[in-house]
Amino acid sequence: MSLRRSALRSAVQVEIPVLLILVFALAPFAWMLLTSVKPTADLSLFPVRYMPSRITFEHYQLLIERTSFSINLLNSLVIACGAVLLGLATSVPAAYAFSRFRFPGRRQILTSFLVINMFPIVLLIIPLFVLMRKLGLIDTFLGVIIGHSTFSIPFSIWMLVSYFNAIPRELDEAATIDGASRLQTIRLVIIPLIMPGLVTTAIYVFITSWNEYLFAMMLSGQTVRPVTVALQLFIGEFTVQWGLLTAGGALIALPVSILFLLVQRRLVAGLTAGAVKA
Amino acid sequence: MAPPPPGTAVQMNQAAIRTLTPYGFLVPALLVTALVILYPVAQTVLFSLQDYLLYAPDDARFVGFRNFSMALKDEVFWISLKHSAVWVGGIVFAQLSLGLVTALLLNQSFWWRGIARALVIIPWALPSVIIGLMWTWIFDFNTGVLNDLLIRIGLISQPYAWLASPQSALACVMLALVWQGFPFFAVMILAGLQTVPKELYEAAEIDGASEFRQFIHVTAPAIAGIVATAVLLRIIWVANSLDVILVMTGGGPGYTTHTLPLYAFLRAYSGMEFGYAATLALMLTILLLAIVWLYVRQQAKDLDA
Repeated sequence: MSLRRSALRSAVQVEIPVLLILVFALAPFAWMLLTSVKPTADLSLFPVRYMPSRITFEHYQLLIERTSFSINLLNSLVIACGAVLLGLATSVPAAYAFSRFRFPGRRQILTSFLVINMFPIVLLIIPLFVLMRKLGLIDTFLGVIIGHSTFSIPFSIWMLVSYFNAIPRELDEAATIDGASRLQTIRLVIIPLIMPGLVTTAIYVFITSWNEYLFAMMLSGQTVRPVTVALQLFIGEFTVQWGLLTAGGALIALPVSILFLLVQRRLVAGLTAGAVKA
Repeated sequence: MAPPPPGTAVQMNQAAIRTLTPYGFLVPALLVTALVILYPVAQTVLFSLQDYLLYAPDDARFVGFRNFSMALKDEVFWISLKHSAVWVGGIVFAQLSLGLVTALLLNQSFWWRGIARALVIIPWALPSVIIGLMWTWIFDFNTGVLNDLLIRIGLISQPYAWLASPQSALACVMLALVWQGFPFFAVMILAGLQTVPKELYEAAEIDGASEFRQFIHVTAPAIAGIVATAVLLRIIWVANSLDVILVMTGGGPGYTTHTLPLYAFLRAYSGMEFGYAATLALMLTILLLAIVWLYVRQQAKDLDA
């Protein structure tokens, strides 16, 4: 009896509210997916037709066959991978130094990496555009990738420092006693141990770069245009073609949502670790 | 190999190498950062003192603080600043409230808690362009689902132009941002809740404390630090964010959805007035510095741990 009452209480006080919040959190996404598989005729109906009269992938087909969207997807992939590579290649050594050495200026430099992560994008984007134009990097992969390092480097350093700190220094010392040089210690002992953290950081940078819009819009042209910018241009071009737009939205959002779900547990742990301490 | 005798050039070199090693590890990150952050910031300060136009860069003249006094006399600057205050205050407050409720609920035990915790974060992972697109479609005047639902339940009798009406446009864009950001608060606060020892609640229960009093005396103090950190982070992030507005309304109708970063961006992008836009961006940064400082002070506490 009391068990049933507590089950009912849990349903009313917890499960139903959670369900409502989940509906709020997922409904816009679900609505976009549903819209993308409806035939065009359904989309112009008012009152709205909620269930599709038939499921169709014609919008996806049109998007891939008639527009530049597949090239844009490829561009986004190149840019996001480049951002991960540049971000990690520079951040791993830096984070190692912050974690393993005590040197003059350490605190100040590490703090500045935190501060620059907070700078308004509008503050950076205007001079970056002028700089990239001078360097001839407008509308090149390298230009957009370098632009994305404004957030990928500070973020990766902060994530990775906490992962490096989690590895006991005794391991470094043991390796040194065994005759390993510093670089060997890093390569053979430390890197394998922070691999999970490295992968999490890489995926987060990948998602952020894939999702990014303002830098990409300022620094790319037709040649390297990523999907976010392309979709925004479609919004201007095909105002009433919601089937096409939502299909594009789904193709952009699904890969990152899946990636995010895969790493979310570890990512959340990494992101909140510092904050919980403070 | 025998160590070199003390005081020789070789040993001095080794000492120098040891001192310089950490900086060597930092060089790549510092170089790129100097290129994409330090140089642009310095450049922005320079631009803000010039009447730099993108299409006529060679005609740029040094104008001192004229851009700043121009901004203070610019009606749109004040409108944007006011909207920014409403934008930041409203969004962060709503995200915090909804996030707190979500976290408290997801900290209870029920059998599908794991799935609920994973799914609730999804809005946070989505690109702002998609968020803008989804919500524009929901708010659509002709065939939007919001109008349809409200008509069905009898709250309105005619479709309403949510994004095209000056009275509702800003609130609608704000709703989209609340939606995107509340999972962040939920996740942060949930992490804080999980650090509270269960014994504290058991002790409070034995002492006869009601659930409300348990929240005030046990939960609230335990999560105060993390909530403060999350609020500071979100204020900075929300104050800077402009892409969802750009996609949903482009700042319109009129100036009703102009915020300070969006106004700066539009002056740079559409007006190509980089000097004036740099000034606006700089003013935004200065306004945010106090909050950044608070946040950094809090985070730097355990740097030396």
